Amino acid sequence: MSVRLFLAQRLTALILAPLVLVHLGVIIYAVRSGLSAEEILGRTRGSLGWALFYGGFAVAVAAHGAIGLRTVILEWGGLRPGLATAVAWAAALILLALGLRGVWAVTAGGGL
Amino acid sequence: MTALDELEIRVWRGAADGHYQVFRAPRRANQTVLDVVSWIQREADPSLSYRFACRVGVCGSCAMTVNGKPRWTCRTHITKVAKDGRLTIAPLRNLPVIRDLACDMAPFFEKWRRARGRFEAAISRDDPLVPISPDSLERRAADAAVECINCAVCHAACDVVGWRPDYLGPAALNRAWVAWNDLRDRDRSAVLRAANAGAGCGNCHSHQSCAEHCPVEINPTRSIAGLKRAGLLALLRGSL
Ligand code: SF4
Ligand code: SF4
Ligand code: FES
Repeated sequence: MSVRLFLAQRLTALILAPLVLVHLGVIIYAVRSGLSAEEILGRTRGSLGWALFYGGFAVAVAAHGAIGLRTVILEWGGLRPGLATAVAWAAALILLALGLRGVWAVTAGGGL
Repeated sequence: MTALDELEIRVWRGAADGHYQVFRAPRRANQTVLDVVSWIQREADPSLSYRFACRVGVCGSCAMTVNGKPRWTCRTHITKVAKDGRLTIAPLRNLPVIRDLACDMAPFFEKWRRARGRFEAAISRDDPLVPISPDSLERRAADAAVECINCAVCHAACDVVGWRPDYLGPAALNRAWVAWNDLRDRDRSAVLRAANAGAGCGNCHSHQSCAEHCPVEINPTRSIAGLKRAGLLALLRGSL
């Protein structure tokens, strides 16, 4: 793993650690206070804060997950580094697209 | 059960697709694994291939897999590894087997070359010596890592080398750490670049199997962590 990937992996981990904790807190809060889907959407739609929070989450997950996946395929799949990088890029783009689509749906209110 | 005065030894024969052959050898006081292998070659089967030279833990040529663990055989006593009188001896892991207990060490030393694990002088023999304080951080870091005997025990103990044969591995990276800390080297950043390349120190999982098995108690994990740190700092400073 090059130093750049190594650094990106650690930085995204640093970003994700607090985001995951907040995310878990939000889930527990929403479930315990019995919020309905409409009530949740009422709070997230049009909120720049939640859009940035979960948008950042989606970007960090895509980068962190893909770099980790690249290592796993290199070590356990025996793929050539170039091929592993291509697979990792594909995974990153899919994760990013899925993540951002979700963020868009709950914050922008688009009928996606 | 084996008799108290006898050892039962399974020895790897042939190359990668070989098999174990069972030998029986007399058990003696103060006997090392290398003594047993030598006894088999002299008394039971002269065609057995293995390597050794110094027999006192200096040359690093006698390493083998003993009851599943990589060890220097000349300094491994039978009483330590074969309490029940049974031994299984195989060639080192993670290197091509030439025959029986002898591995091809070429890929191992090739990694030292790729990691730039060697000293290149900045000055000629005619220049005055550059003093290096024994207390300097670099000197102490190099001291802790320099006594490697090139035995490849750590390389055999490393799972990442097993998964990714191109990974430079603990010994070569430990040597690169020594070179990086040698202030007399003419191009230390070349060492850092080589050690931090794609198959380099970033792949280490820090699980310390290398340090656990190194017979001379070097800690390659610590050296590799140092290379990672130095590589990150150099990247952030734009000097990698
Ligand atoms: S600490 Fe690193 S070099 Fe040592 S055995 Fe583990 S992965 Fe290999
Ligand atoms: S670091 Fe230890 S185990 Fe590895 S080659 Fe050197 S002496 Fe052998
Ligand atoms: S024979 Fe030299 S280290 Fe064992």
